[in-house]
Amino acid sequence: MIVNANLHTERLHTQQLHIKQLNISLHGETLLALDSVIQPGEVLTVMGPSGSGKSTLLAYLAGFLSPAFQAQGQLYLDEQRLDTLPAEKRGIGLLFQDPMLFPHLSVGGNLRFGLPRHIKGKRQQVTQALEQVGLAGYEARDPATLSGGQQARVALMRLLLSKPRAVLLDEPFSKLDTALRQEMRTLVFSQLSEAGLPALLVTHDHADANAAGGPVIELG
Amino acid sequence: MLLRLAPWILIGVLVVPLAAGLLMVILPAFGYLPVLGGETFHFDAWQALWQRPGLYRSILLSYTSGLITTLVSLSIVVLFLAASRGTWLDRGIRRLVSPLLAIPHAAVAFGLAFLITPSGLFVRWVSPGLTGWERPPDLLIVNDPMGLALMAGLVLKEVPFLLLMCLAALPQLGPEKRVTLARSLGYSANIAWLKSVFPALYPLIRLPVYAVVAYATSVVDMAMILGPTLPPTLSVSILGWFNDPDLDRRYMASAGAVLQLGVTLAALLTWWLGEQCVKRISEGWLVNGARSSGSIAIAVGGRVLLTTTTLLAISAIGGLVIFSVAGFWRFPDALPGTFTLDHWQRILPSVTTPLLNTLSVGLAATLIAAVLVVATLENAARHHLPVSRSQWLLYLPLIVPQVAFLFGLVVAAESISVRPQWALVVAAHLLFVAPYLYLSLSEAYRRLDPRWVQVAHSLGASPWRAFCRVRLPLLLAPLLTACAVSLAVSIGQYLPTLLLGGGRVPTITTEAVAMASGGNRRLIAVLALLQALLPFIGFSLALMIPRLMWSKRRNMRGVV
Repeated sequence: MIVNANLHTERLHTQQLHIKQLNISLHGETLLALDSVIQPGEVLTVMGPSGSGKSTLLAYLAGFLSPAFQAQGQLYLDEQRLDTLPAEKRGIGLLFQDPMLFPHLSVGGNLRFGLPRHIKGKRQQVTQALEQVGLAGYEARDPATLSGGQQARVALMRLLLSKPRAVLLDEPFSKLDTALRQEMRTLVFSQLSEAGLPALLVTHDHADANAAGGPVIELG
Repeated sequence: MLLRLAPWILIGVLVVPLAAGLLMVILPAFGYLPVLGGETFHFDAWQALWQRPGLYRSILLSYTSGLITTLVSLSIVVLFLAASRGTWLDRGIRRLVSPLLAIPHAAVAFGLAFLITPSGLFVRWVSPGLTGWERPPDLLIVNDPMGLALMAGLVLKEVPFLLLMCLAALPQLGPEKRVTLARSLGYSANIAWLKSVFPALYPLIRLPVYAVVAYATSVVDMAMILGPTLPPTLSVSILGWFNDPDLDRRYMASAGAVLQLGVTLAALLTWWLGEQCVKRISEGWLVNGARSSGSIAIAVGGRVLLTTTTLLAISAIGGLVIFSVAGFWRFPDALPGTFTLDHWQRILPSVTTPLLNTLSVGLAATLIAAVLVVATLENAARHHLPVSRSQWLLYLPLIVPQVAFLFGLVVAAESISVRPQWALVVAAHLLFVAPYLYLSLSEAYRRLDPRWVQVAHSLGASPWRAFCRVRLPLLLAPLLTACAVSLAVSIGQYLPTLLLGGGRVPTITTEAVAMASGGNRRLIAVLALLQALLPFIGFSLALMIPRLMWSKRRNMRGVV
């Protein structure tokens, strides 16, 4: 899979994500420490019981860490330092347990929200993205009228259209029913590796880790 | 950058006028008012004040009516909530109560007066059948010396306020779980609520309760309409002294305002002591194991009391409607003999200016408050700030009696050569509008799932774009409701409008209250109805706009 991803590396300018000597503490007590490199197209799985700092790690990487925490260390995307940038400039995409489709926008509106502002052919990109996940013609639909699986697919396409440089997955399959879960895992991981994106997956479920196929770290 | 300043601007806008107003009341109370030549400190004003006939009675009236009103209102609300089981009847009663909050105090006061006055609707409905009265009895029901009518009027307004405050605070306590647990231990549902939910609820509504104590001890407009006259309550007396053509009375009025502050503080202190006593005494009761004694009384009492309050308020408004279209109406006929729109037609041309003033002041104050409050909340959300300890400063204008600092505010403004005018009225309304806007919006703001904005950022949206495109649309409904609340608060303001406008910015409210002593009931009814109608338009718009906007978005109902 990595070999496969590396083929795309040249074309897509994919980069590796380096979490460098990270140490997050709360009230002077170390909550978690991590040092690792995620290659393009690779998924690093982080597992651990609740309270082990998984969500804190995600908040740090995405740029939402509450000032109550003290974080030491750096975050690099190849040579570019990310941890000093605000969340919206990091180019790190997020996928949550819930699809989090904006309820006030249509399906198409949600996808357009992710598209960079000044690019051409937005309509066409949205149409293609929906076709790619079997939802052709859903542009005008209210997200609330979609099934859970359909919403999850729209959320994935919205993430990919925003051209992220790395991706964080926060237990993205835990709320899907069993049948759908396997299907979504395959879809998400194949799309990520095709795009050659480094990804970090946080989960409780060993099956997620197996499907991700990358290295696994246990916290706590 | 500007956003970081927002909380300080908001607090400044509220606290600076308050402090300036208090200062310019306290200094003249001790003889210092250079504008009128008072340049030395002395106690003359206080001596004059103590010699006023009926002063002690005024003080006692303000103090007791404030405490009794609060106690009765809170008891009605608590009993109802303890008895309420979420049945259709309970939900129906709740739904009837909320619009009552929007009706200005003066309108409720007029409506109640028209109901209970000797020639009012109640007497007409039972006369001459039950009473044998062929002409209105010579009884002093409205403006009674004990202040009972005033207290009744205040209860009608404070019950909806406290009920809504409780309903807003309850969800974070998980009351169903608590009640279920206690019931599984054998407690009857009502006692379970009182013993397991109320002790946790009270700390959350303490501030609104204090606001009720402060308001009820110092109210002006309601006391002018329903309260005793010889002597009136302390606050009404003070207004009289300030408006006295003899400018030297200003010193005594200032002393009176300081006294009012003391009376309100004394009432608050009494309430606080009462809280401590109840806490002590109830410690034993909470764990004495009694599971159902008094349960039936609560079940019946809670519903009956709240329903009575609600029906009384609705009849009061209904009475206004009848009076406003009444033609020839002989006593003791239950209804007018003829109906006419004359009163409406006669008065409408002359209320154009007050109507425009009411709206322009209300909208301006609401808009400024909304910008400041939203900026403050957005700043807190962006920087993950916990609930600020300085938040209580926002509620100061609701706790400090209006009569105690608004006169001082006029003096303070005049001392920097700002004459009473429209802009000052807006600034004064802001003092009372902003806290309510903050009160009604902050919970929705904090409850909004932070992941919505996080997703927007992760998709590359800047903070400003995430705010405009995600947070604002998602919070549109609560924001509009908060604005409607603010508008209603502004429309109901009497004293700030009168004083800071110097009588030259008439609104529907000042016009209506000014007619109170005149006694043309039909014209008063029209004005009071207009006054009650405006907030309703605001609330209806606040409900309708999101529904129309999101008619094709199913999840926009209940996203926050």
